Amino acid sequence: MTVSLIVNGQRRTVSATPDTPLLYVLRDDLELNAAKYGCGLGQCGACTVHLDGKAVFSCLTPIGATQERQVTTLEGLGTQAQPGILQQAFIDEQAAQCGYCIAGMIMRAQSLLDRNPAPSDAEIRRHMQPNLCRCGTHHRIIRAIKRASAVLGSQNGKGDAS
Amino acid sequence: MMPSNALTTTRRNFLGGAGLLVAFSLAGLSSARAAATGEAEPEGVGASSALPDDLQPFPYLDAWIRIDPAGRAQVFTGKVELGQGIMTALLQVAAEELDMPPHLVSIVTGDTARTPDEGLTAASHSMQYGGTALRLAAANVRMLLQRAAAPMLDTDEAGLETTGEGTIRAPDGRSIGYGAVAATLSLHVQAQADVPLRQPATFRTMGKSLPRLDIPGKVTGAVSFIQDMRLPGMLHARVIRAPAEGMTLTLPSRTEIEAMPGLYAFVQDGDFAAVVCEREWDAVRIMRQLLAGQSKRKNGAIPTGTIADILKALPAQDYPIEKVAHPTAAATTRLSARYARPWYSHGSIGPSCAIAEMKGGELTIWSHSQGIFDVRRVAANLLDLSEDKVHAIHVQGAGCYGQNGADDVAADAALIAHALPGRPVRLQWMREQEFGWEPLGAGMVTEVVAELDADNRIVTWNYDVWSPPHNTRPTSANGVLAGWEVTHAFPPPENVPIPMPAGDGSRNSNPLYALPNMDVNFHFIPKGPFRSSAMRSLGAHLNVFSIESMFDELANAAGIDPLTLRLDHMSEPRARAVMMAGAEAFGWQTRRPKGKFHGYGMGFARYKNLGAYCCVFLEISVEPNTGFITVQRARAAVDCGEVVNPDGVRNQVEGGLIQSLSWCTREAITHDAERRTSFDWSSYPILRFADVPVEIDVDVLPRLGEPFLGVAEASQGPTSAALANALADATGVRFREMPLSPEKLRRALIAL
Repeated sequence: MTVSLIVNGQRRTVSATPDTPLLYVLRDDLELNAAKYGCGLGQCGACTVHLDGKAVFSCLTPIGATQERQVTTLEGLGTQAQPGILQQAFIDEQAAQCGYCIAGMIMRAQSLLDRNPAPSDAEIRRHMQPNLCRCGTHHRIIRAIKRASAVLGSQNGKGDAS
Repeated sequence: MMPSNALTTTRRNFLGGAGLLVAFSLAGLSSARAAATGEAEPEGVGASSALPDDLQPFPYLDAWIRIDPAGRAQVFTGKVELGQGIMTALLQVAAEELDMPPHLVSIVTGDTARTPDEGLTAASHSMQYGGTALRLAAANVRMLLQRAAAPMLDTDEAGLETTGEGTIRAPDGRSIGYGAVAATLSLHVQAQADVPLRQPATFRTMGKSLPRLDIPGKVTGAVSFIQDMRLPGMLHARVIRAPAEGMTLTLPSRTEIEAMPGLYAFVQDGDFAAVVCEREWDAVRIMRQLLAGQSKRKNGAIPTGTIADILKALPAQDYPIEKVAHPTAAATTRLSARYARPWYSHGSIGPSCAIAEMKGGELTIWSHSQGIFDVRRVAANLLDLSEDKVHAIHVQGAGCYGQNGADDVAADAALIAHALPGRPVRLQWMREQEFGWEPLGAGMVTEVVAELDADNRIVTWNYDVWSPPHNTRPTSANGVLAGWEVTHAFPPPENVPIPMPAGDGSRNSNPLYALPNMDVNFHFIPKGPFRSSAMRSLGAHLNVFSIESMFDELANAAGIDPLTLRLDHMSEPRARAVMMAGAEAFGWQTRRPKGKFHGYGMGFARYKNLGAYCCVFLEISVEPNTGFITVQRARAAVDCGEVVNPDGVRNQVEGGLIQSLSWCTREAITHDAERRTSFDWSSYPILRFADVPVEIDVDVLPRLGEPFLGVAEASQGPTSAALANALADATGVRFREMPLSPEKLRRALIAL
């Protein structure tokens, strides 16, 4: 089937069998690297992207269900030259070891900050629970999310003041 | 007769082979090296050479460092990035000794055509051996540059100094760039051993936390991993195997398989089978259809029972490790205990992947293996190619923590690509294939008998450890799955243990403590019930767990503080310093009980008794109704010699600590008589965000001017021991068989 969807703000049209997971379309057809194959079972979160603003496992999302929907991947948050706030926070905290899980971590965390720009530690941990890290980088990831939250807070503060 | 490596192949669809081919000259690198290959400690090539081990087989400076006319340095290392940050740390070492800003230095890692063969990136050797070699090579280059600059600046060499900016300055202020000097200079000269190194007081790059080179790309979706590589004309493969090692799968007829829509080629040789498609999802779909076939165990049943039951029933070879005998006072207290750990999965978040391409009679393999030169050896042997027709290039994968499926998938991909010349083939193992087929971290058991005298001195220490291999790293086709599966199979070699001082199951079985009587024996089980090989810290994990648990059991029996008992038996000043620094930072001496199901524990080791020193302190609470442990505070103190990148060290120690807590409290490969039954993250749970410590701190002791000591595996043993000790402190119950899982704890604690 032909599917037309909006990926990182751009309309993309792909041809794939409807059962093809969104992950494979993103990686193989649209050549986006960030979302990773980890388990294919929705158990590790390495493939996390946003579908209409909500964090989903792209390995479990059939392309047939994405017609005319909005998909955001890590690439949609910023670039190496101009990283997004959360991406910059991960760089500042050196919040990666191997980094294979990190794209999914950032997309999971972004969905929290979109909803609640000032989450508590407990909220962060609870929200990040679906995503696995094997290297033991959890604390740095939590710190990066808090750093981004602080940046967002100061930006909002400025916005209020002006 | 068919050649031994022949494949029966069908291709339904030939497209023009675009693809990459990069054939480099391999001259000078073809001879096998003898230095730090493998998990063992290097022995050196020539006793007369004073060069660091990794430099001995590659003494020419241009094998390590080149400087272009623009003054940029390119550094070549046989070590590879595994997520441990080694690429950044090695670049810092080179930048420091070249006295150049890091941004003018680039680094090329493990590539059979370009870099020295420094053996495996493993065993915490990369700084200790690779870093030391690179450092001396860079110091040699700096000396040569300075020497060659003297006549160019028309001055005496003695008055020249490097500026840190890639220039050399004369006393009168005139200067010349490295590029201009290097253009007049051959670096094809042998390294000298006695070249002065830059001194810590003048360091500009070493000792600073240079941000990791690879992180910006990884957080923005750059091509960072082998999984991200897309070569022109690339095909997607899936290997078809039974659910787990030791089993075979019945496949439909070739005709039936070839009729499956979306298939490009079906590759089969003996028990090896793979499907190849233009589209990746087609390969997954067809693989799943084929897995619906019958699978059954090939040989005898997997023994069941406790780890001790299983291991002690298997044939073992006995190796004495340590025998010390001195007269002592009479023993007044005698304790004996058995400790165990199950088989573990490396649990890489990204299952193993490889890309291979056969073109013009030459094979290129991209792999995330820890031993890229071994990938070449294995493929050459498997496919009956000469090594100079095989080019292996390291590309990062997910963290591996030892020998996971990386080497197997590289051989699989080579076999498939060899059958389909002209187009690159990407093979991605599935999650369940990684769990079912990767070599595991070996299950182990130890038994300890220890005695104290009336003055609380340990007078007897009898220690036995049983373990299957921790090192079955492949160096030829007989060490990979594909080699065992092809029609003309390469039977697996006889497994042998790694000799001490590194050891494998015996690693860290000889206590660093000064004990007057020791009888330490290793019972090596050449063939365990599962494939097993290196996993972070190897046997040191259970050996340190056992030694450090028994120290706490003895301290408890004697009614003295566990730290006191350790210090009373430790004479190495650096070991004492790490324990005391950690205790001070943690507040060990001032700790107070905070009620039932709350406690404190510590664990110490010097990894391999020759790497980094690490002491871990934990404060925990336990919820008895669920058996869940909360680590309230974790504090590690570490001494790894001269520190190149302090943040990198902290990241490794902290990561090792969390990973060790995961092993110790959650993980175990489950199995029945037929097969491993752990196949996903629900049947093999690891720690998640809610389960990691509330607070973690790592203190890195400054050891300016001391040699580098490998640190990546230092926290594995001490952390698991500290957890068991804290648990005993919190509950009064001593848990000796890992995992100390919520279910096991709940059952034990509910009875209290």
